[in-house]
Amino acid sequence: MLRLEPRLQPSRPMRLITPVLAVLLTMLFGGLLFAALGVDPVEAIKLIFWDPFFHPTYGAYSMSQLLVKAGPLILIAVGLSIGFRAGVWNIGAEGQFIMGAISGGAVGLALYPAAGIWVLPLMTVAAALGGFLWAMIPALLKIKFNANEILVSLMLVYVAENFLAAMVTGPLQNPQGFGFPESRSFTGVDSTTLPMLYQPLGMHAGVVVAFIVVIAAYVMMERHLLGFQIKLTGESPRAAKFAGVKPAVIVAITLGISGALAGMAGLFELTGPAGKLTTNFPVGYGFTAIIVAFLGRLNPFGIVLAGILMALTYIGGELTQLTLGMPAAAISVFQGMMLFFLLAVDVFVNYRLVWKKEVK
Amino acid sequence: MSEPLLSIEGLSKAYPGVQANDNVSFTIQPGEIHALLGENGAGKSTLVKMIYGLVRPDSGDMHLHGKHYMPHKPSEARALGVGMVFQHFSLFEAMNVAENITLGMEDAPPRLELAQKIREVSNAYGLPLDPDRLIGDLSVGERQRVEIVRCLLQNPKLLIMDEPTSVLTPQEVDTLFTTLRKLSAEGVAILYISHKLDEIKALCGSATILRMGKVVDTCIPAEETAHSMAEMMIGGELAMPSAREFTPGEVLLELDGLALASLDPFGTSLENVSLQLRAGEVLGVGGVAGNGQDELLLALSGERLVDKDMVKLKGVGIGSLGPTARRALGLLAAPEERLGHAAAPDMSLSENGFLSGWVRMKLTKSGFVRRGRRDDFARDIVSRFDVRTPGISNAARSLSGGNLQKFVIGREVLQGPTVLVVNQPTWGVDASAAAAIRQALRDLAAEGAAVLVISQDLDELMEMSDSFAVLAEGHISKPQPAHGLSIEKIGLMMGGNLEESAHA
Amino acid sequence: MDFSSLSLVALTVSLIGAATPILLAAIGELVVEKSGVLNLGVEGMMIIGAIAGFAISVETGSVWTGMLAAMAAGAVLALIFGFLTQVLLSNQVATGLALTLFGLGLAALLGQNYTGMKPPPSPRLDIPVLSDLPVVGPLLFGHDFMIYFSLLIVFAVWYFLNRTRAGLVLRAVGENHDAAHSLGYNVVAIRMAAIAFGGALAGLGGAYLSLIRVPQWTEGMTAGAGWIALAIVVFASWKPGRVILGAYLFGGVTILQLNLQALGISISPAFLSMTPYLVTIIVLVIMSADRRRASLNAPASLGRIFHASH
Repeated sequence: MLRLEPRLQPSRPMRLITPVLAVLLTMLFGGLLFAALGVDPVEAIKLIFWDPFFHPTYGAYSMSQLLVKAGPLILIAVGLSIGFRAGVWNIGAEGQFIMGAISGGAVGLALYPAAGIWVLPLMTVAAALGGFLWAMIPALLKIKFNANEILVSLMLVYVAENFLAAMVTGPLQNPQGFGFPESRSFTGVDSTTLPMLYQPLGMHAGVVVAFIVVIAAYVMMERHLLGFQIKLTGESPRAAKFAGVKPAVIVAITLGISGALAGMAGLFELTGPAGKLTTNFPVGYGFTAIIVAFLGRLNPFGIVLAGILMALTYIGGELTQLTLGMPAAAISVFQGMMLFFLLAVDVFVNYRLVWKKEVK
Repeated sequence: MSEPLLSIEGLSKAYPGVQANDNVSFTIQPGEIHALLGENGAGKSTLVKMIYGLVRPDSGDMHLHGKHYMPHKPSEARALGVGMVFQHFSLFEAMNVAENITLGMEDAPPRLELAQKIREVSNAYGLPLDPDRLIGDLSVGERQRVEIVRCLLQNPKLLIMDEPTSVLTPQEVDTLFTTLRKLSAEGVAILYISHKLDEIKALCGSATILRMGKVVDTCIPAEETAHSMAEMMIGGELAMPSAREFTPGEVLLELDGLALASLDPFGTSLENVSLQLRAGEVLGVGGVAGNGQDELLLALSGERLVDKDMVKLKGVGIGSLGPTARRALGLLAAPEERLGHAAAPDMSLSENGFLSGWVRMKLTKSGFVRRGRRDDFARDIVSRFDVRTPGISNAARSLSGGNLQKFVIGREVLQGPTVLVVNQPTWGVDASAAAAIRQALRDLAAEGAAVLVISQDLDELMEMSDSFAVLAEGHISKPQPAHGLSIEKIGLMMGGNLEESAHA
Repeated sequence: MDFSSLSLVALTVSLIGAATPILLAAIGELVVEKSGVLNLGVEGMMIIGAIAGFAISVETGSVWTGMLAAMAAGAVLALIFGFLTQVLLSNQVATGLALTLFGLGLAALLGQNYTGMKPPPSPRLDIPVLSDLPVVGPLLFGHDFMIYFSLLIVFAVWYFLNRTRAGLVLRAVGENHDAAHSLGYNVVAIRMAAIAFGGALAGLGGAYLSLIRVPQWTEGMTAGAGWIALAIVVFASWKPGRVILGAYLFGGVTILQLNLQALGISISPAFLSMTPYLVTIIVLVIMSADRRRASLNAPASLGRIFHASH
């Protein structure tokens, strides 16, 4: 009989192998899904994973989208991963992303059309603060009232979406916009436009911030007392209390960090690719970042790779839509599959399969 | 000799890294009280789980009443007349007695009829039970009754009891023995697992001794001394801790009317706990589990905060300080549960050393971990306390219970505490590790620290303590010199009769 | 402002309609959680149920077949979750989230050709005379059959959990899986059954949304209903009867804010649309605040991973 037997130690090689295995399994089963949709699976997989880099016609444009898409995913996922390691499940990053964009955007609109290089940093700070405060709601409700942060942060996504709708039809609506439910364009004015640093890869200033955050997160988690306390809280809450870690502080810090980072990601999206606030502004980065965080093994550098991979699936998804007529939703199924397979093969990190004979 | 009730023939079972049972054979006669004797980790629990159908052996065979017997699951074992009372009870706290009993029966009668039967059987064997009470509200001794009555309702031919007395007061032990002798007289065989030699001498007609998964000896307990059986069990001489003169120094720790409400819905709140602990003193706190032991440790470690002056260290009120501040001042603790409380299971030994050691051992610099010093500290614990492990990067859960406990105690002792509080320091630990831990704690006291040992093992407390107190229903008795205390008196104290003992 | 169009009877009737999908999903999740498993994928299973029920009804012309298909689809999705968490021992929180993300994507994919269609009509319980009684008629006898069915299910769950041996075993598994295992119960199999049941009811709740309440298919149409169902289980302290109370309370808030929007009062409709979510948060806070009681009612093994060590 086949049985799972616990390993004495978590397997290090398996930690590295399982994400790769998950991606391969996703390609296989995703291919089957594509075939079922009447799309040539080999062609589709090639479009997603190969052509964005190497295709003679689409390649250049695809590459310029790579970091544009990966940047916000990485920034949000790094924040989420810190919380996940502490066992604090912020799944409302989408809401914090929206609130960051609204608060940063509001500052920008209040100053409109001021020039000056200080405008964008100020907006970024406001966005981080907006996301932070939005995340403090579930944090405080958890600390004070023991309310489940998963449900509260998720409910606040719907509240934030409605708040966005109220804003773009109210205070933040473009006065010259003929009544359309949208704000002024941020990319129309230099002072509120995110600088593009390297066009061929789509590296705008926000991506640089994301990479700095990755390094800072790594140092904090691996070298600093706070990182140790965060990991300890997630591994073993009672041992953490014994070690003198205050759970409330960890909840507030981890939710606060992830909220602030998601808020910043919102602003970078607003002042870069999106350009203005509309009700279609949120595109689900806050949810996809959950997949990115897990696929990256909750490790900042792993998240960079996972973020790029996920950006590929977005870009490749658009390519398959354009060239093969594959429906857009297929790619979110593909992304969901990837998380499923990762969770499935993860068992081999802590367990091994053994064959045991039964005694009659 | 008549046909044996159960014969066990060459059972073997291996787990990753351990041979839990190695070709174990013996027989049990009807109506016999048969002891299965061995140290922690000798393989007793695995063996009885195979008899009860919870674990499948790798090889070997069994016969019950001369017929092939290899239960696939406990319900098969129960159907054939084999019942078991677990060491860690298989009970459901949020459910009542009757529901718990139903769950352990194959064809339970309807509710009212069952309640009636529970009352009948429990009274007949001197173990009265109210079928409607919630398990969570029962004492440990009452919970064990539920397990026993659950077995008795199914008319067992063989009753397996795994360490039944480890959680009972001496008076409750007497009641249990009366019940077991009555069952034996009615023809029920009992397989009695214990490492308590006096009990086995008093109760059992024959004994099988396990060491490292093998049967190493058999004996008639009545014809042996406790000492001779101990040597069979350990396979060598038992090192006894050296005797020590105790001269009490200044008061280091004072509890003054300590009160703490339990957070566990079925826990016990501490009420008005007062005591003094002096330099050089080992104070043993006995009592049955669930009488406020966990709460006392939490109140001392700083995991639960109380009023400032309820806990005083060298005369300074520290009750409102958390664990880190208390450690900095010299009050250290080692909780009962090794994995998940004292240590994080999946973290390495060096991280687990850092866990409680970073303040006093100065393992950080402006918040950043000094990794060299952190690893040195872990290595120091491993070598000074003889922790058997391939290296400090191994996860805490990869260590055996005894080795991890040595690590946990060593981690606190090496920080040079002023006062050290330990809860169940040798629970589930093999004899040599237990002896080493007790010696380390006594050495610590000899160097001028004060040690508070919370334990349910009376022998351990008698061996280690200079003074002794009992925690019962959240109250503590007045500490008295450990010398000259009789087991009867301690038993009365444990039963909650604190007044009488305090005046005695 | 004119409040006269707000008929109390009509409001009550529509609040029951708004509450029923959540009621179905919540009572299913309650059983799952009673067995000690936390499945956060309710939203994903609901939306899969919504599209499966809708598509099959349209294709077969039978609402009944659609409902059955929705239950099957929800159960299949739930069993993926069950396989991952019970056999492969994955983290329940992460796997539940994955289920929701996957379900939303898959539903969107399956539903792309069904947008804007109308489902076949569903039968209503119209009893001559009784249904025409004033007040009592519409309140008691004027609903679609699913509403009666949902109340029946709640009663059946209560009866199962509190009056049958199988229900006792299920609660025991959720209370202490190690003890249940040592008594010889198959923890994994029992939990798988509970998970499948929860999935089937979540799927049915979704189908009620797309076939009866709305009735049409739009992407993301569950709009957080699955998450609200999870909150209602907490609100109900894991007691079936109180799930009805929670669901109807939520239905009431939804209907009230919709009617206020229709009345065109001066608050922005976006702010009114927030209220169901805000009320959910408030309810959650109130119910969680008493930690001692919350920990007494919650199944003690909820969300913990079970692996028989031998």
